[in-house]
Amino acid sequence: MRWKYGLPLIVFAGLVLLFAFGFRLDPREVPSPLIGKAAPLFSLPRFVDPQSQAGPQTWQGAPYLLNVWATWCVSCRQEHAYLLQLKAQGVRIIGFNYKEVRGDAQLDARQMTVQAETEFAWQRIGEWLRDGGNPYADLVVDLTGRTAIDYGVYGTPETFFIDGAGVIRYKHIGPITRELWEKSLRAKWQALQGGQ
Amino acid sequence: MAARLFPRETLKQRCAVAAVVAAAVIGLAPLAGPLGQTAYAAGQAPEERAQPLSDPVLEARALALGRQLRCVVCQNQSIAESNAELAHDLMNEVRSMLRAGKSEAEIIDFLVARYGQFVLFKPPFDGRTLLLWVGPFLLAGVALWGLWAAVRARNRQAGIPPLDEAEKARADALLADEPLRKDLR
Repeated sequence: MRWKYGLPLIVFAGLVLLFAFGFRLDPREVPSPLIGKAAPLFSLPRFVDPQSQAGPQTWQGAPYLLNVWATWCVSCRQEHAYLLQLKAQGVRIIGFNYKEVRGDAQLDARQMTVQAETEFAWQRIGEWLRDGGNPYADLVVDLTGRTAIDYGVYGTPETFFIDGAGVIRYKHIGPITRELWEKSLRAKWQALQGGQ
Repeated sequence: MAARLFPRETLKQRCAVAAVVAAAVIGLAPLAGPLGQTAYAAGQAPEERAQPLSDPVLEARALALGRQLRCVVCQNQSIAESNAELAHDLMNEVRSMLRAGKSEAEIIDFLVARYGQFVLFKPPFDGRTLLLWVGPFLLAGVALWGLWAAVRARNRQAGIPPLDEAEKARADALLADEPLRKDLR
């Protein structure tokens, strides 16, 4: 019966293992149920021409990253420079601007007309792209955030990895950094090229 | 003289008791968690950007449904209670779906398809959540078994012999609160 002396130690070791695993998980990262499913269709106004619309049906045929961002999002500013480098490496990035005006905690969009909100959003996005560079092959604007709900967006930035057939293969939550790209995201991107 | 509950505490026994208590606490902790959260969340500030429905019955249904859905931004609040932007957006989405005649189940499916089962404060009972639902009871069971085994081992170790017939009769009499014979006192 001497083994019983070791029982607390075994319990303790079990707890250490459990915590070593559990505390590495980030509860802020909510796994997306959309992985492996077709990217939900939508038609949103393009930044270059608000009269024309674009969506996954426009972009399919080749893999792309769908990058959800806004100018009021600090982490988006952080990843912006690296997105430009990715574009230079030939990565096709589609921008998805999320609640440019009403998402900004510093503003009260309830006082604005839709017309004024639209003009203000285009002005802010235009300044951002002019000052920081434009990494986007195409850019659509979701002023209300309604389309983003279909993608399960709950923050910015978020980046969806979508293959040439229009299927979501991966979702990255948070800014894309060089470190993350080289460690894991590049492989996810390259995997999109083969899978059609 | 009554047998002491803890005749001689050895290191072994203390360890066994400690392990049993730890297992019981860990096993029961998940049960206490949700209660504490609800009490906390109920005291939050009211919504600012809500667009309540004019029909009070429909609005009550929207709020009841919203309280079952987790806000993915703040995580420990429901979308009915949270002040996060996305929670307002989702509450307004719930409202417009209710107004369009959608059922509660359809709305829950809509949100689970986009944000995953994580949005459900009460996860469904299925294969993946089996441990979540059964785990606490399993651990409590293990803890009780451990306690029983430890007490039994202790009594055996303390050398308390089982009662013979006469002792048993006397114990029964004591328990039945009958007046005792003088020679037994």
